[in-house]
Amino acid sequence: MEELVKALTIGVTNGLVIALIAIGYTLVYGILELINFAHADVFMLGTAFTYFATEIIVRGMGIPASSTLALALTLIALPFIMLLTASINASIERFAYRPLRNAPRLAPLISAIGMSFVLQNIGLLLLGPSQKAVEPILPRTDVVFFPSGAAWFGVDEMIVLGVTIPLLLGLRWFVASTRQGKAMRATAQDREASGLMGIDVNRTISLTFLIAGALAGAAGLVVALYYGQTFFQYGLQFGLLSFTAAVLGGIGNLTGATLGGLFVGIVAAMSDRFIEAKWTSVIVFSLLILVLIFRPTGLLAEQQSERA
Amino acid sequence: MTEVVQAPHRSIRNPLAGMDDRRRQMVILAIVVVLALVYPLIYRPLSNAIPAVPWPGTAVLVVCATFAILALGLNIVMGFAGLLDLGYVAFYAIGAYTTAFLASSHFGVHISWWIVLWIAVAAAAIFGVMLGAPTLKLRGDYLAIVTLGFGEIVRLVFRNLGDITIALPAILGGAVLVGPNANLTGGNVGINPIDPPIIPIPGPWGASIVFSNQNVIASWYLVLALLAITFFICRRLRDSKLGRAWMAIREDETAAAAMGINTVTTKLLAFSLGASFSGFAGAFTGAYNTAIFAETFSYNVSILVVIIIILGGIGSLRGVVIGAFALLYVDRTLLPWLGDNIVNAPMHDLGVSTGQQILADFKLTTYNYLIFGIVLVIMMIRRPEGLFPDASAKAEMHGVGIAAEVTGAGDVELAELAELETVTLDDPEPLPEAEPPPDAEPPMSELPPGSASPPPPSSAGPGTQA
Repeated sequence: MEELVKALTIGVTNGLVIALIAIGYTLVYGILELINFAHADVFMLGTAFTYFATEIIVRGMGIPASSTLALALTLIALPFIMLLTASINASIERFAYRPLRNAPRLAPLISAIGMSFVLQNIGLLLLGPSQKAVEPILPRTDVVFFPSGAAWFGVDEMIVLGVTIPLLLGLRWFVASTRQGKAMRATAQDREASGLMGIDVNRTISLTFLIAGALAGAAGLVVALYYGQTFFQYGLQFGLLSFTAAVLGGIGNLTGATLGGLFVGIVAAMSDRFIEAKWTSVIVFSLLILVLIFRPTGLLAEQQSERA
Repeated sequence: MTEVVQAPHRSIRNPLAGMDDRRRQMVILAIVVVLALVYPLIYRPLSNAIPAVPWPGTAVLVVCATFAILALGLNIVMGFAGLLDLGYVAFYAIGAYTTAFLASSHFGVHISWWIVLWIAVAAAAIFGVMLGAPTLKLRGDYLAIVTLGFGEIVRLVFRNLGDITIALPAILGGAVLVGPNANLTGGNVGINPIDPPIIPIPGPWGASIVFSNQNVIASWYLVLALLAITFFICRRLRDSKLGRAWMAIREDETAAAAMGINTVTTKLLAFSLGASFSGFAGAFTGAYNTAIFAETFSYNVSILVVIIIILGGIGSLRGVVIGAFALLYVDRTLLPWLGDNIVNAPMHDLGVSTGQQILADFKLTTYNYLIFGIVLVIMMIRRPEGLFPDASAKAEMHGVGIAAEVTGAGDVELAELAELETVTLDDPEPLPEAEPPPDAEPPMSELPPGSASPPPPSSAGPGTQA
């Protein structure tokens, strides 16, 4: 029982991170009907930037990794990392997707695959071919315990939740309640008509990519700190997980992406614990395929039926 | 089914020019074949005589030809039927593993490769149908993801089944069904050795020809024969009724169905035939290398084959083969050569002087996919029909690479496709810059959508609005 709850906790924590990335897929798909293959590699660059930030803080400034100051500085770096990944994502749109906006459907998809490889190799250039250990910035102290005395969850998980949940809520608020959010929803619904209504479509699409990239950067920071390492192939690993999450939730649906992320996170954690970690990817991919085949509109599809 | 061949295109164009074309093509083909046959024999003297040029070794050519077979197979799925498959490597792996299971000491089965080859082809084709059947209804980009997932699953399953224990839960008695720790697929270590193809030479010498990487030249002739068979079959398929049905589906599935094409069987045939060539290549690779490892069948291989097709010219048989040789030559010979002779040393010095370990360890070949990725993006934007588009196929497909399922927002396409067709019908070189390429108009403008960029097509497009 305790094992189950523990696995559930890990699943929720991972799931929120996956949700952050999944929302990037969903936002872009909602507005362009494009699977942005490069998205997960933007996330990977987020982990890389976090690695460099912690290196600067710990090695460059000589602040001990386990100190509160190091943690505070890393969290201060978060907006800068988000800004960086956001601008990378928006430039990708500008140079690799926008020229193909009226091309046959699969052309931008192939362009996205190309960009994904470009970014992956930039990651390889920055990080080298093997996993890089990130300084242990996150305190690993356990705070909540089971009645039996075994650890339930710790400060690290709380910080992960503290970063991801406000971002998810903030995005929800932004899309639902601001003018720009309204423009995004309108553009997603009908690009031409919203152009006629005076919405600057190109700017709205750029904004979408900026937001998606920023969330990917935040997810990158969380993953780099929580997992304690970064790797140039994180893009492919996390990309498929989060794309599965986005599809599960009904692609284009923000709430769905969050729930899908939680679901995938929990399934993965359960499989890690009760089956075997090496089978987890197989299980998640099978889930993805089954959902796409039997319910391509996602598990909660009411609002989205006409698009998928 | 086979008589019709090229009649329709010929009647459209000047028949005399057509004859000339044909004769010229035959001459070129003859030259290429002779070169291919002679090259391994003159490779040594050639590279000794002109050492400044990075000549590809025969072993590299074998890899090139293997990938040409793969690309021709994927071209059926992607180029003819317009279905983007990002997990093509799965069938390659299935072909190779079938060979390994049936012709090695792993299970103690030693069937002659000449028989195993066809079993591998059949296995790949069956899996092609198994993947294709449930996914036919999916649209282009979802299909891409499903196939990608399938490719990864196949690789992981082959890797993980090297050490597998399946037992009932303790409540049900805990009986071990498989294992414990059964080794079904060799896992990370792979399967080694695999019996290579052998032709025994009759007579008193007791010798035989072994087609393995110990005998590269013989293997080159074998793979060349396989490639020739594949090419020939693909060519006949393209000009057959089935081939035209594929292209009709690629252009417009609804219209094709209305014309009486059974889209389900036609697409399934594309999947299974495409997969079977992959099994061909897999059976050869496994036996040629006499060893296989799950990790060699990664997502990157699928993408490499996609890049070959995009680069060579989607749907163009000639282009795809040229693309395979060009890309694999760059990957296996040119990049290592450029790295060793030009790039690595200065990067190393730069790394040492700036203290950057990653630059000091710089190897150009590590970044091959960086180059391929850039090529992919540039090709999509500048020249989506590839470097060697097939003139007759292009006339049919209106010029652009993946005309694909024109689902959803496909209104502006026809107009620009028509434009592209006039721009680049026969001549691969100079034109795309001359006319404003189709992508030049829409992007920057504010998109005043009523009169959206290129002249709106007659009334095409499943018009939801406008």
